Amino acid sequence: MSPGSSIHVSLKINGRDHEVSAPGCDTLLDVLRDKLGMTGTKKGCDMGACGACTVLADGRRIKSCLALAASYDGRSITTIEGIGTLDNLHRLQAAFIRHDALQCGYCTPGQILSGLALLDEKPRDLAAIREGMSGNLCRCGAHPNIVAAIAEVAGL
Amino acid sequence: MSSPSFQYSRASEVSDALIQGSRAGTAFVAGGTDLLQLWKAGVIAPEGVVDISRLPLDDIEFADGQLSLGALARLSDVAIHPDVTRDHPLIAEAILASASGQIRNMATVGGNLLQRTRCPYFRNEGLACNKRAPGSGCGALSGENRQAALFGGSRSCVATHASDLAVALTGLDAEVEVFGAAGARRLPLLDLYRLPAETPERETNLAAGELITGIHVTNASRFAARSTYLKVRDRASFEFAVVSVAAVLRVENGMIVEARLTAGGVAPMPWRLTRSEAALVGRAPDPQAIATAGDLAIEDARPLAHNGFKIELLRNAVIRALQTVGGRP
Repeated sequence: MSPGSSIHVSLKINGRDHEVSAPGCDTLLDVLRDKLGMTGTKKGCDMGACGACTVLADGRRIKSCLALAASYDGRSITTIEGIGTLDNLHRLQAAFIRHDALQCGYCTPGQILSGLALLDEKPRDLAAIREGMSGNLCRCGAHPNIVAAIAEVAGL
Repeated sequence: MSSPSFQYSRASEVSDALIQGSRAGTAFVAGGTDLLQLWKAGVIAPEGVVDISRLPLDDIEFADGQLSLGALARLSDVAIHPDVTRDHPLIAEAILASASGQIRNMATVGGNLLQRTRCPYFRNEGLACNKRAPGSGCGALSGENRQAALFGGSRSCVATHASDLAVALTGLDAEVEVFGAAGARRLPLLDLYRLPAETPERETNLAAGELITGIHVTNASRFAARSTYLKVRDRASFEFAVVSVAAVLRVENGMIVEARLTAGGVAPMPWRLTRSEAALVGRAPDPQAIATAGDLAIEDARPLAHNGFKIELLRNAVIRALQTVGGRP
């Protein structure tokens, strides 16, 4: 094979099986967005700093911009497209709206996925939520409201 | 993506990884959190990347007083493992002070120890850096050197090591297990790393194709009651250390009988403060002994134009960390 030749990757995304052929250096983020047209997962910094690309891999939050798609062959991925619907929002999505936890909304899919994983980690207090969400930046500055939305769902 | 593409392959067993990894221009990838940043920034351009993430090296075991962390154990798994939180809390503390929740779910123990420096001259392909491009000069030496080393640097390189985990493991006298063509060997973690001298591009004593397979910490639960990792950084979370200190003490009848002090963010590798340690042994953890340890910690510091503030910061961090562990019942 020549450098960069395509390889076959199987991904279960939001419960559905997908087969993709992609260069071995493609990130999971690029495969989701460019090969599968699932553009709910956002590309911000593309360097692991902003968290806009957060998805779940077997239930654990990761940064899909730092993940080689080929490394996740056979794994279960959850993206924002698998969380709630317009008619039936997830509790955390509804809480984001109630708490005004977004302005431009670009970071929101990553915030929601990261928040869902954090809820599974059972944060004890608001400080633990702030610390636990430090991998997701919001340049509109909605952080206090994001923390409040997650706290409400956590029952804090 | 503008970075040149690479050939991806996956290793199914360690011997397979060694063969694939011994080819010139090949890099190993596990969690990918550092490798992908380096590749996207143009700092490295491997022709081949060997995915070792599925090798069976992710066990965390504690038996006969020895804690063993597989090289591919995820940082998040290590940080919540009961044998770590109960008997080696320093390791958990250092990990939870590192990166973010997402990164800790991806990053591995071995990858963390081998992460490259955050020196901005190294991370920017347009700037001079002897580590990235040998012979191009050290931009940091006469440029913006706020992050630069106080100890162990050279005229070729003043970059610091960024790992929190390595600082904690150094404080617990950890050993690294590596596997290569000549078989397995163990070495003290500090012997894994090299000072830059005139060859800053050579950062470790690993042979070509050699792989870290695990970390061993022996008889370290004696420090569990008195250990702390203090990380001073520019923001409260998801940031590298400006200065950090791992402090562990063993106190008997009010006297310090063992002390380990290791500084991070101030040298090309975790920096053991051996003179401070020696000065503490045989004394009570009182303010005078702690102040002496702080003074000795900074004795050989060699500041550049912008990092002199780290000297006082280090002294104060040593004092604060020792107050924390010394004051415990």
